[in-house]
Amino acid sequence: MTADSSLRPVRTSPLAGWDPALPPGLSAREVPFRTQLTLRAAPGGAVARAVAEYLGHPLPGPCTAHLDTEVEVLWLGPDEWLLVAAPDRAAELTAGLRAAIGDAFGSVTDTSAQRTVLALAGDLLPDVLAHGCALDLGPAGAPAGTCHTTLLAQAGVTLVVREAGPRQAWLFVRSSFAGYLAAWLADACVEYGAG
Amino acid sequence: MSTPFRVAGHGRVDRSATLAFTFDGTAYTGHPGDTLASALLANGVHRVATGITYGRPRGIVAAGVEEPNALVQIEAPFPEPMLTATTVELYDGLVARGLGGRGRLAATPDPARYDAKHLHAELLVVGAGPAGLAAALTAAGTGARVVLLDSAPECGGSLLGTREHIDGRPAQEWVDAATRRLTAAPNVTLLTRTTAFGHYDDHLVLALEKRTDHLGAAAPRHLARQRVWRIRARQVVHATGATERPVAFDDNDRPGIMLASAARTYLHRYGVLVGRRATVFTTNDSAYDAALDLADAGVEVAAVVDARPTVPERLSRACAERGIPVHAGHVVTGTSGVDRVSRVHIAERDGRGARRHGVDCDVLLVSGGWNPAVALFSQARGTLRHDAGLATFVPGGPLAAVRTAGAADGLRTLGACLADGIAAATAALTALDIAVAPVPVPAADTELPHPALELWRVPSPRDGVDGAAQFVDLQRDALVSDVFRATGAGLRSVEHVKRYTTVGTAHDQGRTSGILASGIVAEALGTDVADLGTTSFRPPVQPVAFAAFAGRDRGDLFDPVRVTALHAWHQEHGALFEDIGQWKRPWYYPLPGETMDDAVRRECRAARTGVAMMDGSTLGKISVQGPDAGCFLDRLYTNVMSTLKPGRIRYGVLCGVDGMVLDDGTVLRVSDGEFLLTTTTGNAAKVLEWMEEWLQTEWPELRVHLTSVTEHWATIPLVGPRSRDVLAAVTDGLDVTADAFPFMSRRDTVIAGVEARVCRISFSGELAYEVNVPSWYATSVWQALYDAGRPLGITPYGTETMHVLRAEKAYPIIGQDTDGTVTPQDLGMSWVVSRKKKDFVGRRSFGRAENLRADRKQLVALLPVDGHTLLPEGAQIIATETIPAPPVPMLGHVTSSYRSAALERTFALALLRSGSERVGETLYVPLDGRTVAVTVAEPVLYDKEGARRDG
Repeated sequence: MTADSSLRPVRTSPLAGWDPALPPGLSAREVPFRTQLTLRAAPGGAVARAVAEYLGHPLPGPCTAHLDTEVEVLWLGPDEWLLVAAPDRAAELTAGLRAAIGDAFGSVTDTSAQRTVLALAGDLLPDVLAHGCALDLGPAGAPAGTCHTTLLAQAGVTLVVREAGPRQAWLFVRSSFAGYLAAWLADACVEYGAG
Repeated sequence: MSTPFRVAGHGRVDRSATLAFTFDGTAYTGHPGDTLASALLANGVHRVATGITYGRPRGIVAAGVEEPNALVQIEAPFPEPMLTATTVELYDGLVARGLGGRGRLAATPDPARYDAKHLHAELLVVGAGPAGLAAALTAAGTGARVVLLDSAPECGGSLLGTREHIDGRPAQEWVDAATRRLTAAPNVTLLTRTTAFGHYDDHLVLALEKRTDHLGAAAPRHLARQRVWRIRARQVVHATGATERPVAFDDNDRPGIMLASAARTYLHRYGVLVGRRATVFTTNDSAYDAALDLADAGVEVAAVVDARPTVPERLSRACAERGIPVHAGHVVTGTSGVDRVSRVHIAERDGRGARRHGVDCDVLLVSGGWNPAVALFSQARGTLRHDAGLATFVPGGPLAAVRTAGAADGLRTLGACLADGIAAATAALTALDIAVAPVPVPAADTELPHPALELWRVPSPRDGVDGAAQFVDLQRDALVSDVFRATGAGLRSVEHVKRYTTVGTAHDQGRTSGILASGIVAEALGTDVADLGTTSFRPPVQPVAFAAFAGRDRGDLFDPVRVTALHAWHQEHGALFEDIGQWKRPWYYPLPGETMDDAVRRECRAARTGVAMMDGSTLGKISVQGPDAGCFLDRLYTNVMSTLKPGRIRYGVLCGVDGMVLDDGTVLRVSDGEFLLTTTTGNAAKVLEWMEEWLQTEWPELRVHLTSVTEHWATIPLVGPRSRDVLAAVTDGLDVTADAFPFMSRRDTVIAGVEARVCRISFSGELAYEVNVPSWYATSVWQALYDAGRPLGITPYGTETMHVLRAEKAYPIIGQDTDGTVTPQDLGMSWVVSRKKKDFVGRRSFGRAENLRADRKQLVALLPVDGHTLLPEGAQIIATETIPAPPVPMLGHVTSSYRSAALERTFALALLRSGSERVGETLYVPLDGRTVAVTVAEPVLYDKEGARRDG
């Protein structure tokens, strides 16, 4: 079953049209429609090795992410990773990964629309995050490639540090919580002269 | 306007600026740097409040957070109750009044912002007095992250209120230099106006920063007025200082009776004389500093009354030089005065009140010794020990990551406090393997004071009940006689006495009264206070407004609002929303002029006679994958799932180990090794966690993976006899006939160019489909279905109609029709419980005698006999038309109740004792002082044969 190519389906991201008034020192945008696949596999096992070979790099260890590759990999838990790639690659990557895994016990699930991504950057980012995140994200403890699944305010997020400080971070948030998180971020910026 | 008690040459207030304020209706002025208390004292106002129980006049006792008396209500710019006048920084336009123990909250919402912020450090130093500053300076040089807090607007602690020297210069110069250095250090976070109010597990310290309170009406609106800092430090040094404590004697509560150190602080920090003629009553050396400083500033010191038999030579000489009479071995036995102390009665301590004589004065300055401020250290599980030389309790020793320094450690000289601060920071950082370069100890006074006398109270010379005019806790109006009554009633523990007398339970947490109470209990019991100990110290050490705790979690951010991908469409089409957990779900879609009943009737009719659609995206969805997935589901669901063929769907019930219904939903077999199951909206996370728990803790041998896909898929139920036509219209080549696309099966198709999974599932009894697409496409697909259905009158419907439709079919809502005591059998669903499976979670319980009783509560339908009364959900069911005398036997209760368009009547579902046996009976539901007759019916009321399922 394939989509009719004559009809180009319209899709809408959870934060479509989001354009908050932010203070100087913080930028925020949604990175919509990323391909996101949830991988469940025993760490260090045959499936993890097969996936690493398919991707061309090893799966990251606890609280880290493998970034700046065609498929970025986020550690979500001891036997769980999120594979993130450009839009519209879910079918191809799922098929490729499942073929690589073969009959071994591992699972790949398309969860692309489960979460959206907020890309945040700027000198104010450490302050804004500190209003809602209990973790120590200082440069010594959280270099680029740090990845935590945690709470930001009352929303569960997977936070990826892309530049230490953090000066750049991606927040993966459940689609239904995206509006709340966006509103919380905008409100957090009032303190710093937003709007 | 004159402020007669302001003295030249003293104080840190800015006299170049004047602030106008109003207290108890009278206009006064003060200066920047004043507190409300210092400004009042500068104007000669001592009486600021009224005792809560006895209504006696009360004055300002202290100069800081330990103030037990001077509670005020701020009225403007925004009402705030129960603040201590000694900690309210003065601002222009302040309007306040004194309180008799109870304040009032504003009737309007607080317009200020409040927030919270997390902070991480290697070292947290609480208190920026001499020890804290020395500790922070020591750590600052290492580059480690240091946080330094202080309640006051500026650093210095006790140095702000004394007249000491460091390195041969006035101590303030050292404080200023230290502050400059710490402010400039990039690794140091210096927070003033910030009070650490709790030390919690794993060294989480919470602190409240009052950021703009002191600006009054000029506070910028965008800044958080107060902030709760959540500080995690690897090492903590509590340099929290010490609090002077009073001595109890008769009429010790009159305005003008204050702590000796407070009078000294008002002089040095605020340039305020607390009176013209002072008497000083002390058990130790420290009050002499106050007496001498006040005398030098022009106050006539009428007498120093020292309870110790001999006065140290140095002090008696200094007093003699100033012409201050010193009465060694004497005590204050009582006071006179109306609104203010006017005379102090003194007598020889061992003279049983004989040869009593009076000393006229307008202030009485008292010092009963010093208590280290150990509340935070104690909260961190630090132990205390009694120090006989100091006549108080001091920290027993450092913990692995928590230490005390300075006066909080029981040290009494500036030199020792500075050295202790350096040592504490060095020890803390060394414990973290951070190298600390040796830091020279600044030169300061190290001459130890003479031993203090342990004196808790002076026995009353009057006839009558002893201690009946001696106040232990001024705020609670708790007397020495109350303590004696407690011990007389047999109480032996200071904890019990605290609760019996309320001593130490007020806003000040017993800072001045707690140890005093311990001492008096010890006296009453004839035991040693060392053995008795103190009451526990609990957070918060200082009152914190609920608004500060709430922070930004208010209004729209109070609780996350979760919305589906279709939310905007629902809003544009006039939906009203219902809160289901954190979700906003469309409740119903009223047309102009429609009531809720009208709208729901119309929506129900469309679903039963035409076609309707709803947003079911909030259903929990879990992908279950792995070779053992079928086996896993067989163990959890009451029925068999492993026999499902790919592409087929089965309804299932999950029970807890107690056999009670936990959740329900559908299970779709996607392929041999993959199932997709749905959960109820509210239980999605709980079911996933519960399944993971079984998998990880009980059955780790099963090769199964669980992945939440709740928000990946949008789910659109398309419902009604014409739903097939709509589906056929939007798909190309999908055989939608009942034979080709049977009930409880799944077909993949393309709708609006989107790959869709369509399942034939019905939660209404009608022909129905569930269209599942990745949620990005939800709006496109929904719109395509809506457009295709327009010629057939397709009607979007909400949760209310969904509830009516499912209730007509007796499909239970877990959590509404069940409450954790209901089995599948109670719901009339024995068919969903497998008799073939050897075991599954909950199975054992089904064989219990209790589960087999015929008189369990069972799900039935109730039909009000009049056909139109809508029973309230939760209403009780009784057997008789008239309500008998209590206790009234209750047979059950209504769980769901609606008006049915299809049945043209009202109806309800209920859990009814022996419900199955009662079908056909008439029972009664008390309502508004009458009873409503109801007929008990089989729960399924509509289409009992299930004829409508295939359209």
